Parts: sequence; C-alpha cells; structure tokens
Amino acid sequence: MGKAELPLHAPGTKTGRGYIGQSTPRANAKRLLQGRGTFVDDLRLPRIAHAVFFRSPHAHARIGKLDFSTALKAPGVIGVFDGHAVAEYCKPWVGVLGHLKGIKSPPQHAVAIGRACWQGEAVAAVVAETRAQAEDAADLIEAEWHELPVVTDMQAALEGKVVIHPELGDNICFQRQFVTEGFDEAFANADVVVEETYDFGRHTGVCTEGRAILADYNAAEHTLTVHHATQAPHMMQDIFSRHLDIPESNVRVICRDIGGSFGIKVHVYPDEMATAALSVMLRRPVKFVADRLESFLTDIHAREHRVTVRLACTRDGDIIAFDLDDLTAIGPYSVYPRTSGIEGNQVVNLTGGPYRHKQYRANMRAVFTNKNVTCQYRAVGHPIAVALTEGVVDIAARKLGMDPAEFRRRNLIADDAYPYTFPSGIKFEKLSHHQCLDKLLALMDYERLRAEQAALREKGIHRGLGLAAMIEVTNPSPAFYGVGGARISAQDGATLRLDPAGMVNVLCSVTEQGQGTEGIFAQIAASVVGVSVERVRVTTGDTGVTPYGGGTWASRGAGTGGEAVLQAGKILRSNILDVAAAMLNEDKAKLDIVNNEVVDKLTGAAKATLAEIGRVAYFRPDTLPMRFQSELTVTRHYTPREYGFTFTNGIQASWVEVDVETGFVKLLKHWCVEDCGTIINPMLVDEQIRGGVVQGIGAALFEECLYGEDGQLQNGNLADYLVPMAGEMPDIVVGHVETPTLGSELGAKGAGEAGTAGASGAVMNAINDALAPLGAQVTAMPFTPQRILEALGKA
Amino acid sequence: MKAPSFAYAKPGTLPQVFDLLERHGDGAKILAGGQSLLASLNLRLSSPELLIDITGLPGLNGIRIADGKVRIGALTTHRQIEQSSEIAEHLPLLAQAVRHVAHVAIRNVGTIGGSFALADPAAEYPACAVALDATVVLAGSKGERRVKARDFFRSLYETALVPGEIVTAVEFDAIRPNFRSVFLELARRQGDYAIVGLAAHAKADGSRFSDVRLAFLGAGATPVLAGNAMASLEGKPCSADVVAAAKEALAEDLDPPKDLTTSSAAKLHLARVLTGRALAALSQ
Repeated sequence: MGKAELPLHAPGTKTGRGYIGQSTPRANAKRLLQGRGTFVDDLRLPRIAHAVFFRSPHAHARIGKLDFSTALKAPGVIGVFDGHAVAEYCKPWVGVLGHLKGIKSPPQHAVAIGRACWQGEAVAAVVAETRAQAEDAADLIEAEWHELPVVTDMQAALEGKVVIHPELGDNICFQRQFVTEGFDEAFANADVVVEETYDFGRHTGVCTEGRAILADYNAAEHTLTVHHATQAPHMMQDIFSRHLDIPESNVRVICRDIGGSFGIKVHVYPDEMATAALSVMLRRPVKFVADRLESFLTDIHAREHRVTVRLACTRDGDIIAFDLDDLTAIGPYSVYPRTSGIEGNQVVNLTGGPYRHKQYRANMRAVFTNKNVTCQYRAVGHPIAVALTEGVVDIAARKLGMDPAEFRRRNLIADDAYPYTFPSGIKFEKLSHHQCLDKLLALMDYERLRAEQAALREKGIHRGLGLAAMIEVTNPSPAFYGVGGARISAQDGATLRLDPAGMVNVLCSVTEQGQGTEGIFAQIAASVVGVSVERVRVTTGDTGVTPYGGGTWASRGAGTGGEAVLQAGKILRSNILDVAAAMLNEDKAKLDIVNNEVVDKLTGAAKATLAEIGRVAYFRPDTLPMRFQSELTVTRHYTPREYGFTFTNGIQASWVEVDVETGFVKLLKHWCVEDCGTIINPMLVDEQIRGGVVQGIGAALFEECLYGEDGQLQNGNLADYLVPMAGEMPDIVVGHVETPTLGSELGAKGAGEAGTAGASGAVMNAINDALAPLGAQVTAMPFTPQRILEALGKA
Repeated sequence: MKAPSFAYAKPGTLPQVFDLLERHGDGAKILAGGQSLLASLNLRLSSPELLIDITGLPGLNGIRIADGKVRIGALTTHRQIEQSSEIAEHLPLLAQAVRHVAHVAIRNVGTIGGSFALADPAAEYPACAVALDATVVLAGSKGERRVKARDFFRSLYETALVPGEIVTAVEFDAIRPNFRSVFLELARRQGDYAIVGLAAHAKADGSRFSDVRLAFLGAGATPVLAGNAMASLEGKPCSADVVAAAKEALAEDLDPPKDLTTSSAAKLHLARVLTGRALAALSQ
C-alpha cells in the first residue's frame, strides 16, 4: 500500500475514507519501467503485413500518373494502392459539427485522390511483408506531379486570391462573431484602452510512442479487430464501422499501453483509416506505425494564431471590456470528427476568462492553408486565450502604474460570485481565483522576488516575473461534441466485479495513456468498496470488454470515469453486504466492509473475508436462502449534465532571467496553483501539472513547426524541432485549492491541461517584465534569441 | 523509418580496412561510434553498400601524453575525453568543449575521429583543433600523413581525407604555462548544435593579449579562425577599447550562414558577445 503523503481525507470529498487524496503508487508504473509494456508495435500476429505511405513532396499539387510497376516487383511487396483503390473500402469523411454554425470542409479520403493539399499527405499505400521492404518499394514509386499555387500565409488565405477548395467559395473554414450589448459604449467611455497583437507559432504534441495501428480483419466473421494507439476506442469503433461498412458490433478496438497522447491520438488520421481498409481488402492483419518524420508531417499541429486584443479599463484599474480579433490557420481540411474549428472557438469562449468585466466582442476566423492540418492538442485554445489576455492585462497594469498582482486582484471574479455567467456565455459553477492568487503569492514570496528583481536590475541583471491567471474547460457535457452531431460520448461507464478470491475487477471506458488513470480508478474502487488497493485490478481500452464511453480527452477521465467507478462501487459494496447479510443471517445495516473484510459496523469485529463472500456467492449459493440471488457485478454510468463544462481555475507564475546580450532566457522557477476540485492522487495531479507546464514552456521558448513559403516543413525532426528538455526546465512548484464540483459525488474536476494552459503566458509576461526597463517587449511565440534580440534592437 | 540494407564488415587490422575501402570505393562508409552515421542511415539520408566497423581495430583508442603533445586516438569516445584527468590538465579547451557535445548517452558512443571525419561546422572539436593548431593523423594504404587542422577542414562536410584514408588520431600541443583556454557556445538547449560557439586560446597576463587564437563554430562552412580579430588584439593591452575593436573586426572574419531561427546578423552579434566574454575570461 502506498504511504500516505498527505492527509487521508481530501477536503470536500464525500467518499469519506480510503485512498482518495493519497499519493498511492500506480500499479502499471513498475511494469512499464521494467520494459514490460505492450504497445501496438510490440504485438506479433501471424501473416502480419506492414503498410508504408508514399507521401506528397509538394504542399499543393495535382497527382498525375502514379507508376507502381517497379514497386510492385520489389521483394516482399503484397500490393501498392492509390486513393481510388483504398476508397473502395473506406468512405471519405467531412470534418464539420452542427453546432459550429457555417463550418465547412471538403470530403477527405484516406489516401488522396487527384490532388495533394499538404506536404506529407498520403497519396499511395505500399503493403509488404516487412516495414523495410515496404519502404524500399515506396522509394520505387514514380509519380508525376503538377504543382499548384500554395497558400501558406493566414492573411493571404483570408484574402483568398488562391482558393484551395474552389467548390467551397473561399478559404474560410469557420468563423464566429460575438458582441455584447453595450460593448461600443464601454470602449467609448473607457479611460484607458490598450492593444497588442500576438503571434502564436504552430507546434505539435510530440508523443514518445508514435501513432500506431494494427488492423486485423477476419473475413469469416466479417469482424475487424483494431489494436490502436488511440484515446477514444469507442469513437474509433463507430468510425471504423461507418466508414468501412462493418456493423459496429463487429468492430473491436483494443488499446493496450499507449505512450502519451496529449490530444494527438484522438483524431481520425487518413493513414490509419487506410491501414484498416487495407486489412479488409487484403483479409490479413496490417500494421502502420508513424515514424518520427511522418509524425511531424501528419500528426495534428496546433495553435497557429495571430490575435489582436484590446482591453478597456477605468483609470482606477477596473477592466470593463475585452475585444478580440483572432485569425488562425488550420491546414487544408478540418479534422474529423472533432473539427478544426474548436481551438478558435475556445479562444472566443475563454479570452478574458478570469475577469469580471461585462463587455466583450470577438471575431475569429479559421482559414485553410497548404500546411499539415491542425486540431485539438493539450489545452486546446487555452494557451492562446490565457497568453493574450494576461499579456494585455500586464500592459494595462503597466500603463496604470499598478502592480500586476494587485491589478489582477482588483479584477478577478470574486470567490463568492458564483454561479457566474461570463460575457461569452459560458457558465462557471464555482471558481477560486482569489484563493489561488493569495496562495500563489505566498508560495513564491512575491514581495521578496520583487525586491530581488529591483536589486539585481541595479547590477545589470534582468530578471522578470510573470503571472498568468486562467480558467480551464474540464469534464465536458454533451454540449462539447454530441449536440453537434458527432458520435463522441461525453458519458463514461464503469463495471465493478467482486471475484471469488475477494478481488475487485474494474472495467472502465476511460483509457490509460500513461497518465495514471487506471491507478486513480483503483484508488476510488478500493476506497468505496472497502478493500486495499492491491486487491483491485483495472482494465481499460477494449470496446469488446469495457462499458461504453468517451475515453480520454478534455481533462475528463477522473471527473467522469472516476464518478462512474465511485457509483458502481457504492452499489457493489451494498450488494456484497446483501450476500454477507444472507450468509451470516444478520441485519445488513449492522455490517460494513473494512480492509477486505465484512465487519460489525459498531464493534469492528471481523465477520467474513471478501474471499469467503466470493466463495459462497459463486460456488455455494445453495447455502444461501432459497430466493436470494447475489449480484456481484455492477455497472454505472455518469454524464456531467448541469454545466456545459466543469470549469476549473488557477494561476501560474514564471521567474526568468533574460541575458540581454544574447537574447537567451533562463527559466529560474515556475509556480502553479490550481483548483481541480477533489484531488484523488496528489502525486499524479502534480505531475500532470508539471508535464503540462513543460509543454507550455515548449510553446513559449522552443517549439515551432517552421514552414517555408513553399509549404515545406523545414524542421520535421527532433534535432531541429526543439522539445523542452529537463536541462532547461526550472523547478515547478505546485499548489492546490480544492473546490469540488457539486455535479458529482466524487467532486473531481480535470487537471490534465491546466499546466499547458497558463505556462506560456506566464513565461511571456516574465520575459516582458524583464525587458520592460529597456523599453522592449516580445509578442511572438516561441521567444527565440533572435526575436528577443530584435526586440532589443540588437539583431 | 528503417535503414536501407547494407553489408557489414568488422576488420581487425588497418590493412584490411584499406583493402575494403579500395574495393568498395564510395560505396563504403566507416562506422565508428555511429553518432551521426546511424541517424543518417535511419533517415535514409545515406545508403552505403558496406559499413566498415573499425571499432575492432587495435591501437586507435586512448589518450597519450608525451613530449608536450597530447595524442588522442580516433576511437576515443567523447566520454573518455570528458572523464580524462590528463585532458583536463593538458587540454582544458577540449575538456570544456566536450561537455557541450550532445548528451551522455551519445558521448558514450561518439568518437573524436568520427567528429573530424564528418567535419560538421557546428561541431565543437574541429573549432578547438583549429584554435590550438592541432594536427590530424591520417592513414591509408600508402602510409600515414599529417595535416594541420586548419587545412584538414576544407568545406561543408569536406576534409583533406582522400579516398582510401581514415583518421587515426588527432595530436594537440599540451597547454603551455601562462596560456589559457576558454570554450563558449550558445545553444538553445544543452547538447544541441550551437547557434554559434567560440574556442579561444591565448597567452594573457592580465595586462596584454598575445598569441590569441579565436576559432568559431557554427559560423561558416568550416571552423573559422578570426584572423582580423586576432591580429587586432596581438600585443595590445587588455582594455575595453581593444576588445571593442576586436569585436568590430569580426565583421571581416565572419559571414555566418543563417539557421532556421537565427539570422546572419544575429549570429555575428552573438559571436561578438562570445568574443567579449572569452577575452574577459582570458585576461582575468
């Protein structure tokens, strides 16, 4: 059993006891550390074939003749297929949602037909006995290309001189305009208006395990079993069923171990769909694993935004309005089925989020370009909304001569103002901005750092302190996708079973990506049923086995799946006590389950072990009363209903030193105080926050997918695309405020994206705080030495 | 991606290596630590017919100090150099530089001979070798020859090696009394290719500069010796004006190629910053 590192009872939780709130080590960590994980690429099936994709070298080109004749003769080749051949087995898709009004995108095929729209788009598939043979053969494909005009610049895309999909009329995939009544007056009457334009580089989530799929079609049964590195197995089951024309119940999606996802693995990828289609076509298992180069070219990218934001406030420092103009480029297709409209939509929803102004105007356009597609990556839209909000808030504070912490304190929504409806229309159940701010300032010793900063400035050392308050979407209701017509489930289910040996088996529809989901389900199940955690086994990621549910995305696993486990556990506990009462001929109300035993509730005296209950229930039910039937398998489901999203909040701070001669930024320390409601496992929550902060720092300082004007990705490898590494990372101090959601008994909100949401904005503000005395500031992420030197007039 | 297929040989003697090189010509590649070659194979950027693994050759590994010279065998790994007390004592420039070579796991396999033979202009050792006027020892079927580092690095990934030859060692003069070495580089992450770096070496007594050597990495197609800046410093007092003039003179020495995120002008600026810092350290 894990050592309790924190108080046993998390404040606010209603489960009352057990492992909730403890840093219980997760069972799968040891197995993974010993190299005994089973990832898709570890699986060995008889007659397995390997798919490799011949990809467009051009960002936009008509495909002329594709000559496979030499490739087909290469050793080990089973077949080479173009888009038409694959399309016979896989219907195209369109990435739109009903509730994103006006969103448009053309049909997309698994393998491009007639035209390639970004560098890296698959235009042919090679299947061979080994991966190396397939790659050798792909090198032998001869393609005739007719290059087309390339659109890479967002503004040019908006202007539409070249329209990528002429049948759509223009390059605008999705736009949203929004204005509150009284907005114009607010700006007209403001004492102070500040404005800035921010650029956010296009980047991606770099998973340790690349995308991977092993599709195994069985013609005899007309069944398709897909071993898939995905976050959402049930969603993929539905998609394989509908696009490959196989009954849903004949499709089984299995996710064993997954090496990180971050939103990258929750989308429909053409090459993965093609792999499944090829398995059906060839009636044998076909595997595809994206290598690192393919990952950079085809894993969804995110974030490319150019945003102008204005803030209006009174001379006393009360923010009265925000004005947002966001332009974002999403590649040539809206990604299926979640669409590429969500990130921009989130920026509209979330900008200004922590503050109590009443007036807001937003204008957002998502445009098509000839670069790789973008879609939802960890913290979707939040890093943009937080950075631009917090950036302009700092500019306002500076203009007013107010301390940025005080300016925020003055404007953050009061902790007793909930429930609260924000001008963009989103609703907050209960947030804790002021508690978080107070805790953060105390944790970091704000006043001391300010004094240190001032003293060091005298010596020519330029340190900066940046704050970033944030709100975060978690535990989405069906309002996120379901209402738009997507077959993406916002509910999750859990089945708990008492086994004959007294073990508890948990099956849950939320999946494990390496984040510890299975560990927290074990903690919840153990706590609720009354067993020790090592008596719980958790299975996730198999549509043939677990209850139906959404999987892992939008910081929802703990909040929705955890609640389903809790509710199923309560009933299982009651049902176990029914068996005990019948077996012992006692009053159920006088019995309890503690530490793997049925005990007398009053005296604590042991009555029967759970193994004894299991033995009798399963093997000797003949000894129980005639009409008694035991029910030791229980399933419960949970959907967040009352609020569209269970919002969380938090605030981060970054402390940096800028070398004003070189433009290098040294990260000295980082703090994050957040409120994810009930904390189930403090260690896992803290590491979620830290991992998220590191990805946010990546956006701020290191990561960018650099495209040339010709639409060629210039740094699609890990030598040139810089992911944040341990050597440059600061210590990250994590603190918590716990405001459980009342929408569930567990009270857990999400924690997985908070770190990423706020870190880049905090780092930006810290750099600009350091540069402020020099009259310089940076507004384009990532903040490379070049950009900082330019801001300082040195390059 | 999988490497294209290739043949593999692991000869036990140098003549066997030369024989294989002669027979296979351009189709053969020498494999030592594999630091760069394996990555290029696995990216299908290179598709040799034959890999000649030289790690079984005797006598090419290790550090020898004799007669004021430090001889480092071609198969000596970065990690051996990093952990060598002899290098720390006699070649402090290399000792400082090696810590910037990639990461420990890579330093465990990568070799000094490989670094010279590849001649990546962003690599650390070549700049050190040019700064210290080191000698590269080459061997082929016709015997051994010695080439000064400044003549060895010809252009981008181009060296004085002729077909059939391999690098067997690098020889440096051990540091002399009253000399100092400073190695500085600017990389966005520890272990990355530097935006720009400087291997600096000089005699300095705190009052005057002499015998100043400034060799830059990441600033051209080869390590670049900053002749004008060096000349401007020779015999001059360690003053702010002198340092400023040397920084100014770098414009004549360097025309750094831009990289993905850094312009040529910014690189020149950074080279000047490093020069100022190195000269400050040398003149302390």
